[in-house]
Amino acid sequence: MRKSQFNMRDWKSHPKYLTPSYKSTVLRSPTKPLIPMKQTLSEITGPVYGHDSINPLDNDLTKNGITDGREPLGERIVVSGKVLDEGGRSQPNTLIEIWQCNSAGRYIHVNDQHDAPIDPNFFGGGRCMTDENGHYKFYTIKPAAYPWGNHVNAWRPAHIHFSLFGPAYVTRLVTQSYFPGDPLLDLDPIFMSTPKSSQGLLIKEFSMDLTEEGFALGYKFDFILRGPNATPMET
Amino acid sequence: MLLKQTPSQTIGPFFSYGLTPKQAGYNKLSSLASSSLVTESTIGAQIRIEGTIFDGVGDIVSDAMVEIWQADSQGRYQNQPSLEGIGSSFLNFGRCDTGANDQNKFVFETVKPGQISTKTAPHINLVIFMRGLLSHVFTRIYFPDEKNSNLLDETLLTIPAYRQETLVAKKLSGESTPIYEFNIHLQGEKETVFFDA
Ligand SMILES: [Fe+3]
Repeated sequence: MRKSQFNMRDWKSHPKYLTPSYKSTVLRSPTKPLIPMKQTLSEITGPVYGHDSINPLDNDLTKNGITDGREPLGERIVVSGKVLDEGGRSQPNTLIEIWQCNSAGRYIHVNDQHDAPIDPNFFGGGRCMTDENGHYKFYTIKPAAYPWGNHVNAWRPAHIHFSLFGPAYVTRLVTQSYFPGDPLLDLDPIFMSTPKSSQGLLIKEFSMDLTEEGFALGYKFDFILRGPNATPMET
Repeated sequence: MLLKQTPSQTIGPFFSYGLTPKQAGYNKLSSLASSSLVTESTIGAQIRIEGTIFDGVGDIVSDAMVEIWQADSQGRYQNQPSLEGIGSSFLNFGRCDTGANDQNKFVFETVKPGQISTKTAPHINLVIFMRGLLSHVFTRIYFPDEKNSNLLDETLLTIPAYRQETLVAKKLSGESTPIYEFNIHLQGEKETVFFDA
């Protein structure tokens, strides 16, 4: 078992908790400083899922929600890339979960009030494991922008939600990835909560290499998780 | 020279059909984690952990995801969670969606964790995600009936005394399975200690 500790969250790259332009942060963000913790065995271990946790269609959202035999509506895309740590080491066999709205901007979630249509053949949830080289691939439908109640005429830029584990409890990451050239990005308080110098890490890159002829446009998106540092852990 | 970490973003309000599908009643996807870490063959004292998350004006947070990671009753991390119900008799990992029950609590069926080292009291690690949290928060549950080992816990010792109690669960009486209540206050007087872990 790995005995090194992990680098801390780099707060120059992550959003600040209190971001008043994103209204929900006002009553939900911690007001006292986080207390630095020396990592113990509990922090440097974490859940490890096996490839047997994944069903064959889990990474294909163009197929895993079909209920009436027809394909979901919208633009098919491939989203693929690598999971790395800060040292550039690829992260094999790590779980990635995704969820998103459909091509009309509507989530399947019962609480979504947006009156855009539900697509009976699109569920919007999936998962996959990275392979031995840290690569992952999802097939899905390009999500659309949707309105939300944060401010007058507020619209979320199209995005896919991602959840990753990495090798340890402390490498956990939940994030969103956006699409290049979206005019809503600069107007979105959630995207803009990210320090300017790392905003680019949240935007997929269009890729002809990943584009599949006659089938789907390709987008590349890599994840960089916290990596082990040189401090050994005393036990 | 390190690469920059991918920034965190909020989990938002609509995660449950993807991350806790079974708890939330969506059948299209199997569930990778549940709020029960135990089976009939699990060794150790079975307990229930339950709690409510309160925001800065005391309103209950009904759209949070709480994950726990803890040692088994012998203080071990087996590192082997799998599809729920399959595999080892104790899962060190659990997940609960506070939107999945009427009271909007998080509830875990688990065992009392053992000590992982002489400098550490029995504890459960929590990571919490919700709309309005741009990055998750880490906290820990300690036990009120472990006073002696709590006094030696190297993490608790770094916390000002008046805030330590926010990390110690309350034992509720009157049930056959012990219930520990651990409420989380995101802000204010009783603000729970959150770690930069
Ligand atoms: Fe969203």
